[in-house]
Amino acid sequence: MKRIYMDNGATTKVAPEVAKVMKKYFSDSYGNSSSLHKLGRDANKKIEEARKIIADSINAEPNEIIFTSGGTESNNLTLKGIAFANEKGSHIIVTKVEHDCVLNSAKWLEKQGYKITYLNVDTDGFVNEKDLEKSINEKTILVSIIHGNNEIGTIQNLEKLGKICRKRNVLFHTDACQSYTKTEIDVKKQNLDLVTLNSHKIHGPKGVGALFIRKGINITPWQHGGGHEFNLRSGTLNVPGIIGFSEAVKIANKKDIEHMIKLREKIIEGVFDKISDVKLNGSKKERLCNNINFTFFGIEGEGIVGYLDEKGICASTGSACSSNSLEPSHVLQAIGFERKDCNSSLRLTLSRYNTEKEVDYLLKVLPEIIEKLRRFTPYKNV
Amino acid sequence: MYSQKVLKIFKKPKNMGKIKDADAVGEVGNLNCGDVMKIYLKVEKNKIKDVKVETFGCIAAIVTSSLLTEMAKGKTLDEAYKITNKDISEGLELPNIKLHCSVLAASALRKAIDDYRKKFKV
Repeated sequence: MKRIYMDNGATTKVAPEVAKVMKKYFSDSYGNSSSLHKLGRDANKKIEEARKIIADSINAEPNEIIFTSGGTESNNLTLKGIAFANEKGSHIIVTKVEHDCVLNSAKWLEKQGYKITYLNVDTDGFVNEKDLEKSINEKTILVSIIHGNNEIGTIQNLEKLGKICRKRNVLFHTDACQSYTKTEIDVKKQNLDLVTLNSHKIHGPKGVGALFIRKGINITPWQHGGGHEFNLRSGTLNVPGIIGFSEAVKIANKKDIEHMIKLREKIIEGVFDKISDVKLNGSKKERLCNNINFTFFGIEGEGIVGYLDEKGICASTGSACSSNSLEPSHVLQAIGFERKDCNSSLRLTLSRYNTEKEVDYLLKVLPEIIEKLRRFTPYKNV
Repeated sequence: MYSQKVLKIFKKPKNMGKIKDADAVGEVGNLNCGDVMKIYLKVEKNKIKDVKVETFGCIAAIVTSSLLTEMAKGKTLDEAYKITNKDISEGLELPNIKLHCSVLAASALRKAIDDYRKKFKV
């Protein structure tokens, strides 16, 4: 069976162009980018090119980009690195809809004696600017707000939020793992001090990411060794991965975004047309071009995902990271869902490779699946 | 996460739905904590003649409810009452965090049998 992949929020296929470029750096140009000899110099040259490509893509300088192992590491380094560069008792603000790697870093810091505020969001998932402003105090050192939400797709207005942080002299970080290359990130325009980026959500390889750190920011490294990446992240660089990452950034384009938006709207329209008792979660307008998140009342998302899988379609209930936990989605709870409806979600996340034909097939099988599951639910409201 | 066996049963779960003129009903779980199972029984001469189940829950919940109905069908009430969660989950290789689903299925059946005994004083 040919698989239809609509779980690009979890990870994406490595683009063939990307894989092709990477290949050489495994067994031909395999030098350590820190080595003095020719193979090392070759690798280093490519790394610096990659750094520039990524810096340019967010209007930053190359020496403001460090490479990491991915989004989780970049977010951990941000929260812990900024916290440790400041005294205990300092205050950090995050939102209730962050990815687990931000939330769990924040919780861990709380145990170490830091103060954390978890900001509420509205029913679309937006942070209220006044709430942010009010929660900043004289001990606040960092505000970390996810750009495009990984579950419900809502895109925050970084420019407005960043302005508040700048005005109050507080560092502003965003986790842009889902939004990178899908919507504008401009560190100058949006007043960003730190930005988390990663490769495997944009058709690059897994295990690579980056962190933008504005020049002059004091951050304490927690991975010590040979002093790589401006002494902020020691460890031999993942040369093929970084080269693949920059290639993925290069091939991202506007046309793909438009393509995904078209398919996204077709799915939303088709589902509302064919299925009752359904809600679209997240903002309708300010939304990631590839994200769709529905709640089908009265049935559980896991059953929907299971039957879609059988029909050859890969989807998820929410975040892939939480599928091993029984806790209902913290994001859906934060946007006001009752607990009983928190497990009824389906997340479809598209990529440049999805087609109209695939969407037609999805719109044919999904209503049948929902009907089948609703036929045997004891939940009364449907 | 789920074994082939679980996915096979999930593909075509048995006895799902409701018995309109059921002799007894047993419901466990609540929507606020997750899964809900509702078992419907038809009893004849102290034996379970027909059984159906409605399930609001995950794949493991659907699979264990289906398995339970198959195990209960044709058994006497006393025999059916003895079905344990271990009987249901045996060989399914359910992930640990999903084992509670099989507990839910066994207790829904007991609740339905209790309901029958109370109603018909047997």
